[in-house]
Amino acid sequence: MSDTLLTNARLIDPEAGTETDGALLISGGLIARVFAGPPPADTGAAVVDCRGKCLAPGIVDLGVKICEPGERHKESFRSAGRAAAAGGVTTMITRPDTLPAIDSPEQLEFVSRRAAEAAPVRIHPMAALTKGRQGREMVEIGFLQDAGAVAFTDADAVVTDTKVFSRCLTYARALGALVIAHPQEPGLTGGAAATSGKFASLRGIPAVSPMAERMGLERDLALVEMTRARYHADNLSTAAALPALERAKAAGLDVTAGVNVHHLTLNALDVGDYRTFFKIKPPLRDEDDRLAMIEAVGAGLIDVISSMHTPQDEESKRLPFEEAASGAVALQTLLPAALRLYHAGQLTLPQLFRAMALTPAQRLGLPAGRLSESAPADLVLFDPDAPFVLDRFKLESKSKNTPFDGARMEGKVLKTWVGGREVFAA
Amino acid sequence: MTFHQKHLLGIEGLHPEEIRTLLDLSETYVDLNRAASKHSDVLAGLTQINMFFEASTRTQASFEIAGMRLGADVMNMAMQASSIKKGETLIDTALTLNAMHPDLLVVRHPHSGAVNLLAEKVNAAVLNAGDGRHEHPTQALLDALTIRYAKGRLHRLSVAICGDIAHSRVARSNILLLGKMENRVRLIGPPTLMPSKIEEFGVEVFDDMEEGLRDADVVMMLRLQRERMDGGFIPSEREYYHRYGLDAEKLAFAKPDAIVMHPGPMNRGVEIDGTIADDINRSVIQDQVEMGVAVRMAAMDLLARNLRAARERERADA
Repeated sequence: MSDTLLTNARLIDPEAGTETDGALLISGGLIARVFAGPPPADTGAAVVDCRGKCLAPGIVDLGVKICEPGERHKESFRSAGRAAAAGGVTTMITRPDTLPAIDSPEQLEFVSRRAAEAAPVRIHPMAALTKGRQGREMVEIGFLQDAGAVAFTDADAVVTDTKVFSRCLTYARALGALVIAHPQEPGLTGGAAATSGKFASLRGIPAVSPMAERMGLERDLALVEMTRARYHADNLSTAAALPALERAKAAGLDVTAGVNVHHLTLNALDVGDYRTFFKIKPPLRDEDDRLAMIEAVGAGLIDVISSMHTPQDEESKRLPFEEAASGAVALQTLLPAALRLYHAGQLTLPQLFRAMALTPAQRLGLPAGRLSESAPADLVLFDPDAPFVLDRFKLESKSKNTPFDGARMEGKVLKTWVGGREVFAA
Repeated sequence: MTFHQKHLLGIEGLHPEEIRTLLDLSETYVDLNRAASKHSDVLAGLTQINMFFEASTRTQASFEIAGMRLGADVMNMAMQASSIKKGETLIDTALTLNAMHPDLLVVRHPHSGAVNLLAEKVNAAVLNAGDGRHEHPTQALLDALTIRYAKGRLHRLSVAICGDIAHSRVARSNILLLGKMENRVRLIGPPTLMPSKIEEFGVEVFDDMEEGLRDADVVMMLRLQRERMDGGFIPSEREYYHRYGLDAEKLAFAKPDAIVMHPGPMNRGVEIDGTIADDINRSVIQDQVEMGVAVRMAAMDLLARNLRAARERERADA
C-alpha cells in the first residue's frame, strides 16, 4: 500500500487534548508522522487535501449489537460494517446478546470469521459472562479470551445472584479480564418501560425510579471492592448513580463507566405520543439527569460515550409502547448526536474523541484511538458544521429504528480510513 | 358549537369549550333516552365497530346502545378471544378492519397508548373506551355530566378521588377534565397506589380519608382490582376497607350534601359500603350509568359530523 499524506487538516488529538492545524502521513497502515503546520513537499505520498476539516481518531464503539447469529434480518456484519464506516466508527466492540448468546469459543470464532469476511471496519467481540446470559454458570473465560474476546458482559441481563457474580469477578480478575455490566436492580425495573415521573404518570406507562440504577451500581461496586476485578459500568444514565462511581474511583478501584449517546442528547419527554423509537433501555431520563451525565463526561467521571447500537425491525417497534422492543440504531448518528454537545458548548472535540475513541481503546487494550505516530491509521475526517436533516431510510443499517428521524443535525463524515485504507467517502 | 376533534382519544387534547359542547349535546340525549321513542337517525348509514381487547360488559353495552339509538349499524368484536390469540399484531388487526370501511371504532386495550397507535392507521373516527392506565375519556365526561346535573355546575367544586389512582385510567381522565374546568382535585389513597409526581398535575394528595375528604363536594370512589389485594400493594382487603373504604363515618367528613360516585363495577365492602352505594340521597352511581349512554351518543354524533364534513371536503377537492 502506498503512503498517503493528509494535508490541511484540523487535527483533533484526544491524548494531548488539542485541536491544531497540521498534516498526517499514513504508511504501512499506521500513522507514520504528524506534522504541525504544512508538511515537507517531498514525502512522495499520495496527497489528500482535508480542506481544513476535522481529522480525528476513528470512533471505538463499545457495545454494538450485530444481530448475527439469530436475527440477521435486523442487522448483519455487512450492513453494520457499512453503517460504521459511514458513521466514522472504525472499531466495533460487539455485544454477545445475540440468539443464541455468544458464550462459547466456537460461537466466538463464528463471529470473528463473519466479521473478517463481511465488515470493512475492525471488530472485536465481547463474550457473555454467564452461559446463555442466564446468570447461573460462568462461561469459559480463559478459552474465550484466547479466542479473542475483549470483555465479558451479559449486556442488559443483570446477574442477580450475588454469589455467581462475585465468583465471575474473582475468576475474571485472575485472568485480567474486563467485566462489563449494565447496572440495574431488576426487582425494581421489572415491567417498566419509562422513568417514573410526571410524564410517565400522564401517559400511564409502567415506570421505574432512577434509584434502580444506583442500587445496581452500588452492589456491583461493593463486589468489585471485594474481588478487585476490572470492571466497567456501561449504559449509566442517572445523576443518582454518579456519587457511588466517584467514590469507587477515588478509592482506587479499577473501574470505568460509559454512557449511551441517547442519554446525553434526549430526555423522557421526547417519547411524546408513545413514540416507540424513543424506547431504549434503560429508559430516557429527566433533563436534570441528562445534564448531569454531560457534566460527568466533561469531568472525566464518565469515561466512554457509545452508541449502544441496537437494531430492531418495524414489527417489534410498531406495537403499544409497553410491548414494543427497546433500543435504537446509532452507528451513523453517534457522531452527529455527540456533536450537539460540542455545538452547545458543553464538550470540546478532544473531550468527545477522548470518550468515543481513546478511552474505550485503552480500556480494552487496543492500540487505536490515538492520533500519534505508530498508532493504527484508523481515522475519520468530518465537517462538524455541515447541517442535514436525518432520513432514517437512508441509513445503512438494515433496521431503521432511530429516534433522530427527521431531526436537524450538524456534522457529516467525509472520509473514514481503517488501517490506512479508505473505507468510506461521502 | 366547538368541537374540532377527529378522534376522541383522551381528555388531554380537549379544549374546555369542546368539553362544554359535548356535555350540552349530551343533555339533549338524556332527554331523548327518557322519552317514549328513543330513536334518532343521526348515525344512519354509518358502521360502528366495538373492539374490546379487554373484557368489558358495562362500557361495551353502553357504547352499543348509544350507537343503536342513533341508528348506526353496530358490531361487537371480542378481541381477546380472536386473532390476537393467533398472533396477529394490533396494526394488522386495524388494517384488516379498516378494509371493511367502518366509520366509528370504539376501542379498549390493556396497554397505554394502544388506541393512539391504532388511530394512526385507520380512516374511521376512533373512540378510546379505555387504554391501559392512560385514559378513559367517556368515563370522565359522563362523570362530569353527572356532577353538573347533581351540583348545577362543573367549576369551583372540590372533588375527592379515592383509591387505586396508580392503575386507574378513570382517575387520569378525571384529573385532567376536572382541572381543565377549574375544580379542586384531591387524591386519596395509600402511597403504594399513587402515581409518581402526581402532585405536579395541580392536585392535592392525601393518604388519609379524614383529611382528604374534608369539605369535598364530590366523592369519587375507584374500583380496587382483585389482583392488587394480595399483599403486593396493600396488606389486605380488610385493612384497606378499614382505612379507605367509604362508609357513613368517613363520608361525614365531606360536605353534608356531597355526592358519591363510582365508575363500577363495585366491590361492596372493599372500597364502598353497600348502604352508601344504595343511598339515593347521596349516591349518583345509577345516574352515572344513565349519563354514560347519553355522553357516548353525543361523542359519536360530534365525531360523525366531523367525519362527514371531512369526507365532504375530500370529495370537493377531488
